[in-house]
This record gives sequence, structure tokens and C-alpha cells, in this order.
Amino acid sequence: MAVAIIDSGGANIASLRCALARLGCEADLTRDEADIRAASHVLLPGVGAAADAMQRLREAGLERVIPDLKQPVLGICLGMQLLFAESEEGQAGCLGIIEDRVKEMQPDRNRPIPHMGWNRVRTVQDSPLFDAIEQETHFYVVHSFAAGSGESTLATSCYGEEFSAAVSCGNFFGTQFHPERSGSAGSRLLKNFLELAS
Amino acid sequence: MGDIVPLAARYRDEGADELVFYDITASPDGRTVSRDWVSRVTEVLDIPFCVAGGIRSVEDAEEILAAGAEKISINTPALEDPDLIDRMARRFGRQCVVIGIDSQGGDGDYRVASHTGDPHRTRYGRRPTKEWVSEVQDRGAGEIVLNCMNHDGVRTGYDVVHLAEIRDICSVPLIASGGAGAIEHFSQVFREARVDGALAATVFHSGAIPIGDLKDYLAHCGVEIRP
Repeated sequence: MAVAIIDSGGANIASLRCALARLGCEADLTRDEADIRAASHVLLPGVGAAADAMQRLREAGLERVIPDLKQPVLGICLGMQLLFAESEEGQAGCLGIIEDRVKEMQPDRNRPIPHMGWNRVRTVQDSPLFDAIEQETHFYVVHSFAAGSGESTLATSCYGEEFSAAVSCGNFFGTQFHPERSGSAGSRLLKNFLELAS
Repeated sequence: MGDIVPLAARYRDEGADELVFYDITASPDGRTVSRDWVSRVTEVLDIPFCVAGGIRSVEDAEEILAAGAEKISINTPALEDPDLIDRMARRFGRQCVVIGIDSQGGDGDYRVASHTGDPHRTRYGRRPTKEWVSEVQDRGAGEIVLNCMNHDGVRTGYDVVHLAEIRDICSVPLIASGGAGAIEHFSQVFREARVDGALAATVFHSGAIPIGDLKDYLAHCGVEIRP
């Protein structure tokens, strides 16, 4: 069965496709409901603003399809934030899979925003997503908005305040970091995701 | 062109955290050439990379980002058309928009130079560096690479005095460039100028400073860094 990447309009799909290709997975970039429903695994990437991305999902009729999916779904970066109920970024209503709110991060003298770079990730719940990935491994993150820790938090990271680095809720997973940009650890995480039973 | 992909793979394997590719679009047919090699680099790189040089429009940037670059960096075109920064930040988000600044001077009077890719066309003293740093942030720069020209190529260390004064007015990530010659220069710039990253070319290319050794040293010095 095919792996689908939901075409959410962000420019940054090529690196994810290449990362999957290095794992032997040729993913389809699509916004077609039937293709997405038929996929074994679905990835929801996203770069840009939450309100714009939600608008594009609504135009494609996907804001009701995605929460209804039963196969493993992985949201990356903004894609993870879209799994939440709402985001302060443009006061956007999101997909509502995780009942929490994504907040704007506050800069200070020692903490430039956007937060960009390699950050330690600490897992706080066992999850097959982090299989064979050591505690405190660095992943590459780029963001100005973040979700705090909550019931859905699988892993945390810290930048001034603690934030959710990875989340899960049933068959839905999300990473604030970019596994496709995170070297061998990121590649392992994508492999773990693709090995989840669909 | 032929050796870019293996070089990228070498730096990836040595543990570089990010790569910046400069001035590789010099070809008159730059657009297709750049897109082609950015795609080939994307196929092998699993770390972020930035492309600098030859990007003069939102359309140029779009092609390079779509081909898989994480960020684009602009320098002279931003000085000539500052609104380009606003347009790029609106289109791609500020995290994609890096502004390269070539700064020259001393004794507290540093000014921006342009066209530094071509020594015959380089123009000095355009505007005070601090003023330009503030403007590019207001316009939507997501990161600033400050190349200190007095130190560039000299390998006597980064200009930590200048970098520290820019750090104080810079609320986006600041990357130090120009002057790295020894392993201690890196710990000094992180400690004294509080930069978010340090860029170097020659010492890595020549193998004078192995990246793995450098990272071990910086971790030992207490700099937070990916092993």
C-alpha cells in the first residue's frame, strides 16, 4: 500500500520525500481524499502559518477527512500543531484531534525567536516512534509556536520553557522537530513510523 | 558541480549541523542549474542546508526551497531592494529567510559592504551595520549571518567585539562568520559573543579542523551542541 504525504501547500516537501526515499519508500504527494484514505501511512508536513495551512486543508475538504483516518498519521512541525484544537498563530481553529492549544513563544535576550537549531529531546512515555533512539538525542527544530506538555506528550524539549517535542493520540503522531532534517536519528524515527501497523 | 554532492556527504558524515552553499549559481543559466544541484544535494543530505548567492526574487527563492533547501540567504539584493525581505518572509515564513551581511570597519564604526562576491564591484561604507541589522529584523529576517570582513580569511579568530555588539540588538539567531583558524576561536565566539552558530569554510574544507574533534572540544567547554 502507498504512503501518502498530504500536500498542504508548503514549499518544503522535497526533503521529506528524499528522506523517505532513502528508506526505500516512494511516497505520493496528494490532496485527494480517496488516495489519503487508501494509504497505509499518512504524513502531514507543513511550513508556514497555521491559518493558511488550515484554509488549504478546508479548500481540499480534508479538515474532516484527516481526523477520521484510522491508519498511522504523522504531523511534522506545523503539521503537528494542526493536530491540536487551535493555534494562536492567526487565531486558527485546527483539526481538534488533540484537545489543547498551540501558543506563541516569547523571545528574550538569550532566546531568539524563531527557535532554530538542534535540541535535545527527552521521551516521557514509551512509544514505538522512538524505538532504538537514545534519550536526549538531538533533533532539528524550527518554530515560533509551541504546545506545552500535556497528556498527549510523548517527548519534551526545552527552550526557555518546556514544550512538546512529540505527541501522540491513538493513531495520530506528531513531531515539532523535523525528522527529515535530523540526521540518522530522524531517519530512524521515520523508519519507526513506517513500521507501525496500519 | 561534480564535487558538491560528495563534499556535502562528507560534511554530513563528519557531523556538520548545517551547510551553507555560497555563490554556486554564477552560471548565466543559473536558475535551472541551481535547482538541479539543490535537488541532488537534497537527495543525500539529512541535515538542514541554506543556499546563498544569485537569489534576487521571490521566484528564485521559491525554486530553491521547493528543491529542498531549508533556507535561502540574501545579501546584496536585500540592500538594493529591502522590501524583498518583507516579500520573502510573507511568502515563506521568516524562518526561511537568512540575511547575509558583510560588515567592515573598526572602533565602533562598522559599515555594510555590498557586491562582495566580485572584488572589482565591491562597495564599502554603505550604511552603519547596526542600522541595517535592525532594519532587516523589522522586515522579517529569520536569521542573520554576520561576516566580519576584517577577519575574513585571516584565521586569527572571529571579531567577537563586533559580534557581541550586534548580538545585543539582534533578537533572531545570529551566526558568526569570518576568521576561524583554530579550535579555540569557536569556543571564544560562543562564549564571548553569545552567537547561535559559527560558520567556517577553509578550516573544514582543508581538514585543518576536523568537525568531530571541534564538537567534542566545544561540548567539553560547556557549549550546548549536538554530538
